Amino acid sequence: MKKVIMGNHAVSWGVKLARAEVIAAYPITPQTQVVEALAEMCADGRLDARFIKVESEHSAMAACIGASATGVRAFTATSSQGLLLMHEMLHWAGSGRLPVVMADINRAVAPGWSIWTDQNDSLAQRDTGWIQLYCENNQDVLDTTIQAFRLAETVNLPVMIVLDAFFLSHTSEPVDIPEPADVDAFLPRRDAPLKLDVKEPHAFGSLTRPEVYMEMRLRQQEAMEESIAALEAIDVEWGRRFGRRWGAIECYRTEKADTVLVTSGTITSTARTVVDERRARGEKVGLVKVRMFRPFPTGLLRAALAGVRRVAVLDRNISPGHGGIFAEELRSALYDLEPARRPSVDGFIVGLGGRDVTPQVIAECLDRVAPETAGVGAREDLWVGIKP
Amino acid sequence: MSQVLFRDSIPREELMDPGHLACPGCGAALAMRLVLKGLGEKTIVALPACCWTIIAGPWPQSSLHVPLFHTAFETAAATASGIKAALSVRGDDETTVMAWAGDGGTFDIGLQALSGAAERNEDFLYCCYDNEAYMNTGIQRSSATPWGAWTTTTPASHPESHPKKDILAIMAAHRIPYAATACVAYPDDLVAKVQRAKATRGTRFMHILAPCPPGWRMEDDESIELARMAVRSRVFPLMEVEDGERWRFTIEHPREPVEPYIRRQGRFRHLTHEQVARIQSDVDARWERLERRVRQGV
Repeated sequence: MKKVIMGNHAVSWGVKLARAEVIAAYPITPQTQVVEALAEMCADGRLDARFIKVESEHSAMAACIGASATGVRAFTATSSQGLLLMHEMLHWAGSGRLPVVMADINRAVAPGWSIWTDQNDSLAQRDTGWIQLYCENNQDVLDTTIQAFRLAETVNLPVMIVLDAFFLSHTSEPVDIPEPADVDAFLPRRDAPLKLDVKEPHAFGSLTRPEVYMEMRLRQQEAMEESIAALEAIDVEWGRRFGRRWGAIECYRTEKADTVLVTSGTITSTARTVVDERRARGEKVGLVKVRMFRPFPTGLLRAALAGVRRVAVLDRNISPGHGGIFAEELRSALYDLEPARRPSVDGFIVGLGGRDVTPQVIAECLDRVAPETAGVGAREDLWVGIKP
Repeated sequence: MSQVLFRDSIPREELMDPGHLACPGCGAALAMRLVLKGLGEKTIVALPACCWTIIAGPWPQSSLHVPLFHTAFETAAATASGIKAALSVRGDDETTVMAWAGDGGTFDIGLQALSGAAERNEDFLYCCYDNEAYMNTGIQRSSATPWGAWTTTTPASHPESHPKKDILAIMAAHRIPYAATACVAYPDDLVAKVQRAKATRGTRFMHILAPCPPGWRMEDDESIELARMAVRSRVFPLMEVEDGERWRFTIEHPREPVEPYIRRQGRFRHLTHEQVARIQSDVDARWERLERRVRQGV
């Protein structure tokens, strides 16, 4: 069934099809429509879930954690300040190995107040033990939402679905909505092997001495590493069942490319048009989209970019005092390549606080890519689209 | 009042092992033991940071025979909400969910989540064991610390300068179906209240006075006696409130003077006679307010 729906409602539909059992949420623009639709679905019986109208995002995540520890499928959605307020509990879900799924609508962080998109809210959570998947369009959003539950419950890690404020959250696009029975076959009801159960009482999260704490964190790291292959397997099955695949990364026209743009989120769609224009002019330009940011798909990116001369990373985020975060991580991932096959990596800071990243902005980034002779790390990331 | 034998009024079943890690004379350990006797084995505990984080035992041990979920300091009520919702959606309406927090996790950092849950009338029992300061971190004042008390952040030269927050009135103002105070020196009253809470649906709140020998600066074997003195002097009256409006005392409170209770504790050692008199007048004034509430009730 095709419906024209906004990105926020693509999340809601995904959560409904995934048959989430406990939803706890607190309003924040531009997320609110996600849970408004879910509240209606719970109220009219289309979704058999308990909806907890908590008094804060911190409590939303705490309630999801309690529910997930009790063995059910838990979901919440938030943005920006709400996500930052959750930070402590994000660690709790991550290190607690609880497969909570959350949608974060990327919104810039205040002050000054901004409701528009950038990635600093989600990227500030990169070390909390959450898998992060960045979406490009509303079909991606719906499919990723359902895949997220399957992935989370496969590796016992929480998953954050990330989508751009307004460019996806409030933009309507045609979305193919799978049949419930088909989704049920892909994603059966959660059956947690270990949970809060009066028939088999355990204590979870107890005081953990130095003799065992490191091993617990190592298991978490191993699960993170496994989740790259787990996503691949889940995505292959998704493709077989539903005819669409998304991958941890996607290579677009990278064959024999000299220069490759690396993007995430909705900037990718704009960048595809720029790549098409450059290819039409005979320039060897390609694109790699990073859908999975945590765990960072180092092996996949090395394979995709080894031998390319120049890489231009578009970062809709900034780590103050360092630079664009995707660029940082990519440089680190490519460092071990043999020098002859290692591209230069130029970082570009674009689109903060919802500023448009137009084809002209992306073209300017491409035009300002330094000659490869400049070498890795020869200069700071460039800010593009800045007013004089 | 006829004599009540504990063996008749309190279930014999033990859901807590003696190998826990509480200090000798800990009121919080005894409070948990009694509360679990009242609730039975179909209970799940949500436990934020507090003394009980330690008392419960390090991984992989647990001193409790019921499932226990350790959670962040300010999240007892929110976590319990999630656990209850999960049980409910899977059809388990029998298991009691209990949040078990100290006074810091209840009066201070956890009050927002508790107020939210109480306003939603979440179906769980919230127990605050109150040792009247942040004892687990080494005796810092909380908003449950009584006026005049020494703590490590309210030194004797500048003792606690605010009255104890009235958490029972705050919870009653949420008009939850059941709120009560209890005390480890009155185990029959405590367990009866737990059983009453267990049989009630919606948010149930119990404020349990739990003496702390290291924090109150007293001997290990004085906990029960001092807790009883707190009740008999009306410093900590034992009460119930239904639906936020029907208040009642659950035992007799002879008006014993507060001075012997105060003087037995090292945390009040610095107080002058006049300061103790002020505590007496504050206790008397609060008692009058409570009596008015009880009279106004049905």
